[in-house]
Amino acid sequence: MRVEFGDSPEEAAFRTELRAWLVDNNPGLPASSTSDEYWAGQAAWHQALYDAGFFGLSWPTDIGGRALPSVYDVILDDELAAAGAPPRPSLGYLVQGILEHGNADVRSRFLPGIVNGRDRWCQGFSEPDAGSDLAALRTRAERDGDDYVITGHKVWTSYSDVADWCLVLARTDHDVPKHKGISAFRVSMRQPGIEQRPLKMINGITSEFGEVTFDGARVPASDMIGAPGEGWRLAMTVVSHEREPGELGYVGRYRKIVKELGGLVREHPDRYSSEQVRDLGWAIVGSEMLRLHVCRRLSDRLDGVVHGPDGSIDKLLMTEVEQAVGHASLAIGGAAHGAHDDTWLRVYLYSRAQSVMGGTSQVQRNLIATRILELPTS
Amino acid sequence: MDVRLSPEQQALRDSAAQVVDRLGPHAVGELDDAERAAKLDAAVDASGWRELRTATDDGTPWSSAVEAALVAEELSRGLADAPYLGPTLAAELRRLAGAPSAAAPETIGLAPDLSDLTCRPAGSPVGSSLAIDARHATSALVLVPAVGGGHTVARVTLADPGGQVDLTRTTVAADPAAAVVPLDGADIFLSPRAETRWTALGLALTSAELVGTMRGAVQLATDYAKERRQYGRPIGSFQAVQHLLADALVAVEGASSVALHAAWAVDALPADEALAAGAVAKAYAARAARSVCETAIQVHGGIGNTWECLAHVHLRRALLSGDLLGDAGVNLDRVLAHHGIGDARGVR
Repeated sequence: MRVEFGDSPEEAAFRTELRAWLVDNNPGLPASSTSDEYWAGQAAWHQALYDAGFFGLSWPTDIGGRALPSVYDVILDDELAAAGAPPRPSLGYLVQGILEHGNADVRSRFLPGIVNGRDRWCQGFSEPDAGSDLAALRTRAERDGDDYVITGHKVWTSYSDVADWCLVLARTDHDVPKHKGISAFRVSMRQPGIEQRPLKMINGITSEFGEVTFDGARVPASDMIGAPGEGWRLAMTVVSHEREPGELGYVGRYRKIVKELGGLVREHPDRYSSEQVRDLGWAIVGSEMLRLHVCRRLSDRLDGVVHGPDGSIDKLLMTEVEQAVGHASLAIGGAAHGAHDDTWLRVYLYSRAQSVMGGTSQVQRNLIATRILELPTS
Repeated sequence: MDVRLSPEQQALRDSAAQVVDRLGPHAVGELDDAERAAKLDAAVDASGWRELRTATDDGTPWSSAVEAALVAEELSRGLADAPYLGPTLAAELRRLAGAPSAAAPETIGLAPDLSDLTCRPAGSPVGSSLAIDARHATSALVLVPAVGGGHTVARVTLADPGGQVDLTRTTVAADPAAAVVPLDGADIFLSPRAETRWTALGLALTSAELVGTMRGAVQLATDYAKERRQYGRPIGSFQAVQHLLADALVAVEGASSVALHAAWAVDALPADEALAAGAVAKAYAARAARSVCETAIQVHGGIGNTWECLAHVHLRRALLSGDLLGDAGVNLDRVLAHHGIGDARGVR
């Protein structure tokens, strides 16, 4: 073992197989995250990737994964970007949370459907009055026979419009400190007592985020994930993975966008000022940096290292790159005043959310300062 | 793919860290302690680190560029005032040109903006040429244009040190009237591809240096923020200060990932891809390093703007590593050129 960024023979064989599959199976969806058309095709893409054996690479085989070393995800992201295919679905954080906190029954009932893309999940964490201060959440789960009854209001719920299930954090104990009274449930979205409303985001998308109200929705007690009161710890596992670019597969998305922008400049070099081209240059450097950073982090996992607060560093690097790519999209693609195709404007506007979702950049900096640099808390 | 350090690589890094932590300057005043500097120099000399890129019998280097970069990073973190970069790049130039190893300490001679090796016809006066990291060195390697393309390797004798930006390494101007003397009297040809690979090593090592300098600066400023008290509490408890330092650490980690890849690429990839990897690393690290070192000065407040605070020694060292073989802008142009966009100055 010594620093090796190149493929082993097994990795090279996997890469060849994947590349060949992509020739015939790239759905050619529009630049991801920028149109409702992308989100409409996402489930089919997930299932196609899974059925061909290219999704859930590093997860255990009993939930449908392939138990490959985590670095195979780097190859997947590389090849998806090179082929101009959509990125892999970002579900790793959900899987990691349930793997770590669910009991054997919960893991075997919930995870295979998530991994193979047949069950779609959304995440009911944030609330109107519980954003950065997530532990202040007020949604209640009250025991009623073999069920719990859920009442409350969730917001920023990705995919709530298409989800079959929602991972809900709800307060089950009001008599303990706020972090300790929270439990996690898998709640069916297909029942009375649930209403969901799409949120229209600044780039015009209506089908990624939603808000959900629970008014007497029921969930069997056996669908609690983890023990009563373990919800906060599960949430921290989920959000720490949600901060890891290696888990999210965003590198492929950034490289795909940068590649398309590079094509525009090569086609008409004289249309762009040196300032615009420099924005593209920094987006290229950034997306390459993130790819290599993910190589480093996923290699560390070969030692069984699980990153704790380091995820905050990775989240800020990912945000820096997403927003540099956004600026390059605006510089090269343009705001497209008066045009019908505003793809690049949408990419740019979407990038603003990256410094908020999964924990704001300010919260990440607080965590780095106190938990990594060990600066005193005030 | 597995980019973890091997146990041997980890041991090399640890031993470089131990040497510089023991013998490097821990205060600005210690830069004038000649006895300490001589001990550090002797320890670096005894370690054989300056010979990592000299040729073995089959012409390959004794160690990969990853090992050379690990040493560069650690020595920079501890502000080592003993030559390493100059002799290492000179040794690589000799190795790639098939020249015998140097008999006396030497370094490399560069254009005044440090972005490229000096290149002059043999026998002519060298003109303006700067030798970096030149303590002990009596000559510097430069290039001579070869008939039909490419270069041969030559040397010039050095004059006296001029003004020093980097307080830890000596920059010396060549005597402008001194003639460019072909190496060992013969034409030692450096192919364009070999020159590209040499540049790739230079970019990888200076990127690693920048990572080290940044790490040292973040550590310095973080330690200070825990001790310095205002308004009755440590300044490191204020979010405004915490966020500056958090951003600095994030920049170091990003730079560290690109620098590791650039070092690996030197020996593992075709020359033009190794150069592109070096350019990505250098563009990212050079931009990050200036900002991180500025943060270290800011966190120290007024003291950070005095000569006695080590923060500016980190910044000054970063300015030399940053400019050597091209700053952030030059390397951004190299990256774009690799993607078929624009024409980069000095791409080889």
